[in-house]
Amino acid sequence: MIPSGDLAFVSALCLQQAGLKVDAERFYLIESRLAPVARREGFESPEAFIETLRLRGDARMAWAAVEAMALPEPEFFRDRVVFQQLTETILPELSRARGGEPVRVWSAACGTGQEVYSLAMMLADAPGLAGQVELFGSDLSERSLEKAQAGIYSQFEVQRGLPARTLVRHFEKIGESFVLSPRIRQMVRWRRVNLLDDLGRNGQFDLILCRGVLHQLAPAAQDKVLDHLAGALATGGRLVLGLKDTPGLEFERLGPGIYGDAAEGERSAA
Amino acid sequence: MKTCLVVDDSRVIRKVSRRILEDLGFEVAEASNGVEAMAWCNAVMPDAILLDWRMPAMDGIEFVQRLRAEPGGARPKVIFCTVENEIERIREALDAGADEFIMKPFDGGIVAGKLDYLGLAA
Repeated sequence: MIPSGDLAFVSALCLQQAGLKVDAERFYLIESRLAPVARREGFESPEAFIETLRLRGDARMAWAAVEAMALPEPEFFRDRVVFQQLTETILPELSRARGGEPVRVWSAACGTGQEVYSLAMMLADAPGLAGQVELFGSDLSERSLEKAQAGIYSQFEVQRGLPARTLVRHFEKIGESFVLSPRIRQMVRWRRVNLLDDLGRNGQFDLILCRGVLHQLAPAAQDKVLDHLAGALATGGRLVLGLKDTPGLEFERLGPGIYGDAAEGERSAA
Repeated sequence: MKTCLVVDDSRVIRKVSRRILEDLGFEVAEASNGVEAMAWCNAVMPDAILLDWRMPAMDGIEFVQRLRAEPGGARPKVIFCTVENEIERIREALDAGADEFIMKPFDGGIVAGKLDYLGLAA
């Protein structure tokens, strides 16, 4: 049992470093998420790990804890309706609007890669769009990014949301793992990004996916991330949020989880 | 209520599958091999079939091939649920007429995801 003072410490650390909201309802996650980190760092329990963290304030260890708390529960093609809309309408529209220029797509909290690879596989299977889209994946966690880049998944992971025909088409089995084909892996470029930082150097994007993030953040951090995403969205671009996320007033809802710049919508309606 | 036929020679797997499917709102029937399953289907075609591969008295591959040749046999969604986990085996099952494939061990989330993908969410 982790003492309540330690739980509060982890919660405050997550809020301060990544704007991550770990409130009392999510305290149950702390033990299970920090146990592997504690083991990796050579501690016999999460309690011992947190105690040392409090005493020493080691930045690297603190970050490892925040990363572990930020891990999403990944799934391929999460909310299938969103992916359908992206390939059937949103991406063809963006592609037409770009007039031959590549459509830049950013999976802004890509975790271990399932979301951005779902898009990559869909594009590879949709000949009309392949080659017209550039895919970027970023995450807060270096470890997640490493796993994403490797494209190696367990049997359990490839059964989360991935249709069997897609698995057969794009993966090969090596040992007990399923490895994504180099063709799909090479479609994505990766970078470590904290969405609370200034995103200016990453350029602008026609489509940004940031799902499963906002509802984990404290209100102030939510506003900041939405501001940063709005700044990174190209004119006429689209933002995709989780179905449970609600964006600020600057975004206008265009479909399930899909948003555009509200000011632009007003201008084109005028 | 949607119906699912669980075909597996392991009583434990049938029990686990029944619990998962009933939680998902399915009415569940059980068969312990392909021959029994075919008798069920000839009486009434289920909406879905959760199908083991290796079974005595008609294995899963032979069952799905025969099912697809039956009148009305194209309708049920067939999901293999087996310890087979090689890409070649998955391809073989799909080519034989299966719609989806689950590699054991599995849990309720995986079954729910496959049924949802096949348009059978309860």
